[in-house]
Amino acid sequence: MKTSHLAELQNEPACAHNAKEKSGCARPKPGATAGGCSFDGAQIALLPIADVAHIVHGPIACAGASWDNRGSRSSGPTLYKIGMTTDLSEQDVIMGRGEKRLFHAIAQAVTTYSPAAVFVYVTCVTALIGDDVEAVCKAAQQHCGVPVIPVDCAGFYGTKNLGNRIAGEAMLTHVIGTREPPPVPEHAQRAGIRVHDISLIGEYNIAGEFWHVAPLFDELGLRILSTLSGDARFHEVQTMHRAEASMVVCAKALLNVARGIEERFGVPYFEGSFYGVADMSQALRAFADLIDDDDLRARTDILIAREEARANAALAPWRERLRGRRVLLYTGGVKSWSIVSALQDLGMEVVATGTKKSTEEDKARIRELMGENARMIDDGSPKALLTAYKDYRADVLIAGGRNLYTALKARIPFLDINQEREFGYAGYAGMSELARQLALTIDSPVWPAVRKAPPWAAATVHNTPRALG
Amino acid sequence: MAEIVKKAKPLTVNPLKASQPMGAALAFLGLRDAIPLLHGSQGCTAFGKVFFVRHFREPIPLQTTAMDLVSTIMNADENVLAGLKALCEKSQPQVIGLATTGLSETQGTDIHSLVTRFRTTCPQFAHVAIVPVNTPDYVGSLESGFALAVEAMIDTLVPASNSVGRRRQVNVLASSMLTPGDLEQIREWIESFGLRAVLLPDLGDSLDGHLVDAENTPLTLGGTPRGDIDSLGESLATLVIGRSLARAADLLRERTGVPDLRFDHLLGLDACDAFTDALATLAGIAVPERIERQRTQLQDAMVDTHFMTGFTRIALALDPDALLAFGGFLSGVGAEIVAAVAPTRADGLAQMPCASVRIGDLADLEEAARQANAQILIASSHAAATAQSLGIPLWRAGFPQYDFVGGYARVWVGYRGARQALFDLANLVLGHHHEIPVYRSIYRDDGAQDPARLVCH
Repeated sequence: MKTSHLAELQNEPACAHNAKEKSGCARPKPGATAGGCSFDGAQIALLPIADVAHIVHGPIACAGASWDNRGSRSSGPTLYKIGMTTDLSEQDVIMGRGEKRLFHAIAQAVTTYSPAAVFVYVTCVTALIGDDVEAVCKAAQQHCGVPVIPVDCAGFYGTKNLGNRIAGEAMLTHVIGTREPPPVPEHAQRAGIRVHDISLIGEYNIAGEFWHVAPLFDELGLRILSTLSGDARFHEVQTMHRAEASMVVCAKALLNVARGIEERFGVPYFEGSFYGVADMSQALRAFADLIDDDDLRARTDILIAREEARANAALAPWRERLRGRRVLLYTGGVKSWSIVSALQDLGMEVVATGTKKSTEEDKARIRELMGENARMIDDGSPKALLTAYKDYRADVLIAGGRNLYTALKARIPFLDINQEREFGYAGYAGMSELARQLALTIDSPVWPAVRKAPPWAAATVHNTPRALG
Repeated sequence: MAEIVKKAKPLTVNPLKASQPMGAALAFLGLRDAIPLLHGSQGCTAFGKVFFVRHFREPIPLQTTAMDLVSTIMNADENVLAGLKALCEKSQPQVIGLATTGLSETQGTDIHSLVTRFRTTCPQFAHVAIVPVNTPDYVGSLESGFALAVEAMIDTLVPASNSVGRRRQVNVLASSMLTPGDLEQIREWIESFGLRAVLLPDLGDSLDGHLVDAENTPLTLGGTPRGDIDSLGESLATLVIGRSLARAADLLRERTGVPDLRFDHLLGLDACDAFTDALATLAGIAVPERIERQRTQLQDAMVDTHFMTGFTRIALALDPDALLAFGGFLSGVGAEIVAAVAPTRADGLAQMPCASVRIGDLADLEEAARQANAQILIASSHAAATAQSLGIPLWRAGFPQYDFVGGYARVWVGYRGARQALFDLANLVLGHHHEIPVYRSIYRDDGAQDPARLVCH
């Protein structure tokens, strides 16, 4: 990728980071960096597209260490679960056989798995040795008759966040706008309900959590043309430009896609979240407002009233149990505010939240939710987190899987909020699961058990046998 | 505190209970060069033999007084005398465990006086110990029969003494809930403190499943030796594991003056801590580093697995000692005991950490587990069909385990046993993770939209 192109991607006008010196796309610091690379980010963003063959072009490190570890679920094809890589050898690198190998790899994937499309991810080595992946993709597409999309996301380009954008950019360049959506199927038409088309950007259907939410969109007559990218299909992504409104789901990273679609096709977008009762309702209302359909607005209000009543009834015992419990939140930024509001919904107190990767806008929103004196943590090192946990007298740490064993070693209750988790927290129904998992870890009897000293620690051990008490 | 719900229905369906004579036979199988002799019809013995052969995958020495039509009606005393004589002549045992059955008890046998008669009529077998015990089928269960036999062993074999603490030796009275694997572990645990362990009975030595040179032997292949039983009165202390052995423990203390310490079970951190602490006190040495390390390993496993064990809804169907053990252990890691069934009443059931304990059968278990939406079932192999019908996994414990290899060798006790148990439970939960049901939008129309594909050459 050209440096000018990279710089362009880092300069996201819709992103509030731009205004400030400190940016979410800042350079990683040698010896003091955690978090994934651009390849990681690009793969995360696109892998959930279920009927695509995702080929990682590079030596084994990139795919070998990352395949089959995402929690995204599909309601249909499972092709995305199959790990594919060109697994370059030393000879391939030295002799420059990477391009040839890639071409045959694509052909093999198409013959064996009949994918709807092939995505080729460029990695550090193949970028460095100068494989012309774009040209190979073009030739392979010609040869195989299936779209072959290059995603130029070598790890050294930058952070995971940048990788998300690169992925979004690839979709904008090669996929979105290349097909028209089909008409609404006859059997799905209901009297009195005008169907509107929408799209969701940054929704990954982790643990199938979006299936808690999808029925509500159906009920309202909102047809999801596509998500980017949870449970999505290639042909759906192609039609995203025809949405009447799109939602960026609690992540800045794919903002460039929403902005690009707005600029090129005039589709308005908003940022929202499906976590927490309040945010869930807010998201549904925002669609009605953007689409500006009074009937939809009225039906949305009725649905929200019904769902909130149901959710509140289900949550009542959990709220009782969790009220006043103190949370230290460290999500690395993306979900910093959306989870805050969900936790407050449960009556919990968020004593501090991590803002390492949050934008200025995110921070403003946090202040809105947690008050002007909201404590924000920039240092995500294990030591800093544990210190904050103690200083703020927290009852539970909510963070990504990377910090899981940091917490457990320190004998601290923990809730995993990231991609690899096994439980879905989105939507009204997901809130109960979130509450349940919080209560499970906070109230677990293992904590007092592992904190206490063995009974013999107190007694002085004598050298002679003691009488029994 | 759990409410004890009594059995209310006339028909027992899929019994959970195994009989008292079988429990007594099992206890005697833990003595060296021994053979149990059940005073009853030959079927009582044959069924028991098959039961244990399938569970332990071992030949099981077990004989019968073979009451027939005539002896049942007239008098079966001669059967007992003849049976004892035949065993002594043919097998030269050190110990014969003579247990009654429903049939002989109903008939009204007096086995104690029969043993006295045998002594007078056959003085040449005076060196063979005979332990009589009354174990009618219509009372109790395997666990109580086992306990009665242990009590009888002490009564018959342990001499009165008052020589407390002469040796660096501790006695262990081991309940029927302990597997041979458990007993081996307990022995190592005690020995790691430089103490000698005498286990009574010691199924860990007899039914651990080991090959011996002799191709065939009519007696047990190991177990507590007579000499060790003689020395029970010389130990520092007796460690009693399992509430069912309370009366046996009372008798041993009374007989020997050796003080005792009682443990409900040895499952989980607290129980292991209490046992380890007792050993450190008795031995007067610091807890070995290896055990301290194992303790921290268990703690780490508790923390790692609490996401899976927490709130897991467990249904239990076990004998009372084991029920209490699993109840305490699992509730201690955040699991919920939502159904608990025991075959008989017993002291301590009221202390189960659940709302109620049913006295009943596997049909009761199924009903209770279904009602409570249990996620994991812990019971013997007999509950496999129950688990299948409930659509939940069965974690095998207790008697019998005939569709599963190595149940007898499983180590539940100790820090390492508890750790492995937590791993296994967590894996069962992970393997049966409840996924959010797939939802397909009504607007979705995949098939018609598939792009025409060209064949790749």
